[in-house]
Amino acid sequence: MAIKDLPIEECYIPGSAACPGCPATMALRIVYKALGKNTVKIVPACCTAVIESLHPYTSFDIPTMNIAFEAAAAGASGVEAGFRMQGKTDITVVAWAGDGGTYDIGIQALSGALERNTNFIYICYNNEIYSNTGIQRSGATPYGAWTTTTVSGKTEFRKEMGEIIQAHHIPYAAQACIAYPEDLFKKLQKAKIIHGPRYIEIMAPCPPGWRFPMEKTVEMGTMAVETGAWALYEVENDKVTFNGRSKLIMEGKVERKPIEDWIKYQGRFRHLFKPKKDIKRIKAIEDHIDQMWERYRKCYL
Amino acid sequence: MKKYDVVTTISYPKKGAMGKTGNWRVFRPILDKDKCVKCLRCWIFCPEATITRHKDDSVDIDYVYCKGCGICADVCKVKAIILEREGKKK
Amino acid sequence: MTEVMIDTGNYIAAKAAVMCKPDVVAAYPITPQTTLVEGIAKYLATGEYKGEYICVESEHSAMAACIGASATGVRTFTGTSSHGLLLMHEMLHWAALARLPVIMCNINRVVGPGWNIWADENDSISQRDTGWIQFYCSSNQEIFDTIIQSFKLGEHEKISLPVMISYNAFILSHTSMPVFVPNQKDVDAFLPNRAPKWKLDPDNPITFGNIILPAEYEKVRLDMQKSHEYAKKLILEISKEWKQRFGRYHGDLLEFYKCDGADYILLSMGAIGAESKAAIDNLRKEGLKFGLARVRCFRPFPKEEILKLSKKADLIVIDRNISPGMEGALFTEVKASLYDNTDAKVCGFIAGLGGKDVPFGDIEKMCKKVINGKARHIEWFGLEGV
Ligand SMILES: Cc1ncc(C[n+]2csc(CCOP(=O)(O)OP(=O)(O)O)c2C)c(N)n1
Ligand code: SF4
Ligand code: SF4
Ligand code: SF4
Ligand SMILES: [Mg+2]
Repeated sequence: MAIKDLPIEECYIPGSAACPGCPATMALRIVYKALGKNTVKIVPACCTAVIESLHPYTSFDIPTMNIAFEAAAAGASGVEAGFRMQGKTDITVVAWAGDGGTYDIGIQALSGALERNTNFIYICYNNEIYSNTGIQRSGATPYGAWTTTTVSGKTEFRKEMGEIIQAHHIPYAAQACIAYPEDLFKKLQKAKIIHGPRYIEIMAPCPPGWRFPMEKTVEMGTMAVETGAWALYEVENDKVTFNGRSKLIMEGKVERKPIEDWIKYQGRFRHLFKPKKDIKRIKAIEDHIDQMWERYRKCYL
Repeated sequence: MKKYDVVTTISYPKKGAMGKTGNWRVFRPILDKDKCVKCLRCWIFCPEATITRHKDDSVDIDYVYCKGCGICADVCKVKAIILEREGKKK
Repeated sequence: MTEVMIDTGNYIAAKAAVMCKPDVVAAYPITPQTTLVEGIAKYLATGEYKGEYICVESEHSAMAACIGASATGVRTFTGTSSHGLLLMHEMLHWAALARLPVIMCNINRVVGPGWNIWADENDSISQRDTGWIQFYCSSNQEIFDTIIQSFKLGEHEKISLPVMISYNAFILSHTSMPVFVPNQKDVDAFLPNRAPKWKLDPDNPITFGNIILPAEYEKVRLDMQKSHEYAKKLILEISKEWKQRFGRYHGDLLEFYKCDGADYILLSMGAIGAESKAAIDNLRKEGLKFGLARVRCFRPFPKEEILKLSKKADLIVIDRNISPGMEGALFTEVKASLYDNTDAKVCGFIAGLGGKDVPFGDIEKMCKKVINGKARHIEWFGLEGV
């Protein structure tokens, strides 16, 4: 599949409230292209609730229901049941939430909906912070990163949401990244036709949140994957397949790039380089990623 | 588009729901069609959907809403898009 | 043909809910609501309930799922109690502001700590400002009738609001009483299909609930208020229609009992409301002119009716709830309804918190204390020298 093959149709309408260079709208465009107009989206509190723009207008051209921060998956369970009871089983029900609404406050409702076999797609766009509220740490924030609540850098490592999701043994789960739109599109297409709970998480580098120039969103996504900080893979009925660059890393065909290649361009890690290079903490990040890949290889190779 | 007769937060799709976001721009992406190889990278990565894709896969920039993030220029491998400071020349 | 069903409040509620044919029920168990959801699960197993029953993982999710389902245009129902209701709090506001007529039973139970499963109305009283219409029932028959009436009320085009039907833990939830159950055809004739005011629909891609500016938000609140005001009229009409069709009447916003010629009118809710009738009978036998105005509907609050009562009689309020730092909630609301318009005296009692029994004898004692001029403005019955 090439970029050319992605449909021209758009459900994201220009002129929204998103920051310039926003990874969330970038991802949403692909989601809409893959899922089409017969889709209904549930959105908890997150940047997207702002991106929708101001009442009485909206920048989205598919029905969208805002719900409380922790309630996306439960709301989706209700929406799905409501449509099913009316025989409208052809509508794709999507919950679209941030990492805060997924890893932290919404994890209970998400786990419940997965366990209940709700027939929906849960998509988490992971910008590794609470952006909406002004850049606070989340369970997805990486070790060492500055946020307004981790002023000297986060002292804990991020959760492995992918592994938590896998423990639910749902029919389809995947990790994608905004820098790889064809891969994301394929994953969404695959997910669309599967019945039952599906989970897709999209790495979404956020310029204001990570403190990098707004034209670098795609590059930050590419480097997240090339350094191995983020892995592209999919899980189909417990069978794990790594994709693209991550597959090559997994199989040892390419080395993952040093983590510095990614973090040194992000202001949120500046304190690890200035005034003096913090070798210990940079190594801790590197080691953590190595451990993650070791685990991946042991489990999935 | 059907309007619902209910007083709650119901919103309807509109281009430029936040106004003409082209006004946000500090840098203006300028496309050189002669250099363009129609790879569509700028089109797929534009976060604002302000790169218009034509039937022949040529592209154009919608300056009314383009926020000037510069991603299109950054992802163009043949440098067919460059950024210029707004108001530098007309 | 009407049949008589002898069962507990919860099973009666399950029967009423199922007869309204909700498309989606989402609920989470909590004592003393459990037999209500078990009742629905049983009807699901027998095929009498044909909707979807979502066994969610919390009450917060129960309300979120009902909201989601309701937003697709279908009919929804749930039930909870005490801590479950408190966990829902955020979503109660959400349902009301979204103008989605989710119908819910709440079994009034004590709020912990100190785990305690008995009757107390602080759970639902503390949801007063969520925008929900709130009924308090005092018999199983009233539970049955009010649930069906509530669907009609909440889903009415000029209302479009969620409705909470509360009844006391165990005193009603687990006590069997005979209840007249109309046949399904008559319920269907009474209750039209839901015609949603808005819905999620791929053919009409609206966004619900995005950012709204102050001036517009204020209009949303005003419209809710207007719907509550309109509900006062509609509750009267619906109660009247119910009486015509089914021959039963429990009052509308209030139920008046022996209020004619009364010098004192007692205001109470729920199970204490039922017990108050026995107290009034006894007091009347002694020649004491007492009447009862049982508050059925707490939101919207029947302030005009209460003001009228105060022109004829002094008022006594019993609250099975407390707003710490102030007084019983009903007491506050009753006094607010009278402001500057009456010379009536109002006395308030706090009674039955933590599920403490409030038998009619105690209610008589409260009333006599008022006649004797010994009642303070507000007092805790049994704790402050009554
Ligand atoms: C119950 C509740 N607590 C807190 C908030 C405030 N809040 C709104 S969005 C948000 C963070 C969202 O983070 P995330 O889910 O990662 O989405 P992002 O903003 O990064 O897009 C917070 C803390 C809320 N709306 N509701
Ligand atoms: S803060 Fe980040 S995710 Fe949120 S709108 Fe801005 S760029 Fe997008
Ligand atoms: S990225 Fe460059 S070459 Fe590709 S279509 Fe856009 S302008 Fe043309
Ligand atoms: S500058 Fe940004 S918003 Fe404007 S066309 Fe390029 S990518 Fe799109
Ligand atoms: Mg986030």
